[in-house]
Amino acid sequence: MKSRFHAGDAVTVRAAYPPGHIRTPHYIRGKRGVIERICGEFANPEELAFGRDGLPKRPLYRVRFGQRHVWPDYGGAPEDTVDIEIFEHWLEPAAREAAT
Amino acid sequence: MSEHAHGHPHDHARTFQRDHDDGSPLPYLQVMEIAMRELLIETGVITPDEVRRQIERMDARGHSRGARVVARAWTDPEFKARLLANGRAGCDEMGITDLEALHLVVVENTEKVHNVIVCTLCSCYPKPLLGLPPAWYKSLPYRKRMVREPRAVLKEFGLELPEDVIVRIHDSTADMRYMVFPRRPEGTERWGEEELAATVSRDCLIGVALPRASQP
Repeated sequence: MKSRFHAGDAVTVRAAYPPGHIRTPHYIRGKRGVIERICGEFANPEELAFGRDGLPKRPLYRVRFGQRHVWPDYGGAPEDTVDIEIFEHWLEPAAREAAT
Repeated sequence: MSEHAHGHPHDHARTFQRDHDDGSPLPYLQVMEIAMRELLIETGVITPDEVRRQIERMDARGHSRGARVVARAWTDPEFKARLLANGRAGCDEMGITDLEALHLVVVENTEKVHNVIVCTLCSCYPKPLLGLPPAWYKSLPYRKRMVREPRAVLKEFGLELPEDVIVRIHDSTADMRYMVFPRRPEGTERWGEEELAATVSRDCLIGVALPRASQP
């Protein structure tokens, strides 16, 4: 499967709340970040959790988020970050300048 | 508040960890585990001694392999470059074989960046390299707070970082596992790999402590 995003791309995490076994943490849904790297392709955990094969595999990314964007009242340094693994189907393209 | 066998009202959850054998019904998954284990033993697939040995082996597995990988990378810049590019390949090179399905990302601490590992969803941890995670790593307060107020949590661990050092949290939410590559302590320029490895504690590899040339 061809990956839709590349390192450096700005992305937004889908702000969706479906039931089931979701590996996208709640605190990051709707937030903007930048692709740090492509991790490879992995079986979809949302399918695996129900005993299915999770195929086709989905591209998995590490996305870097600015802590001050994630937590508006964040008390640490402005450049502090959190990196999170997110599957491609949870990501949408975002404008580069917004991803801080 | 609960009133139970020993006859006084209090809230266990607030004061200390609940006794594992406090008489409450077993959770569903634990019942299933026992049923599965008994079936496998009854049908001769595994023996009780094999189950015990495997638990013993898992409990005994510590962080020494992670520490050895770090020490090698401190003394061999080319190995370090390969390890940071592909954590798994670095371990393979050192002959560390039973890594199961580990997809390892090694994150490097520098003068300007400090890395910390957490799993906010459960307790993902690079067990083949670091052994079983400590109880606090699996606790809700660590998982919630390390991502939310990392500098305050690190301070509670005794690690106060200057404002101009970037704190980079790594939330292991899916298939990758993380290990921090700490900075080599000062004053160890002439040390060999074995001595160097001894400065790398488990907590250094999670990112809540720094290696020291001499333990206080």
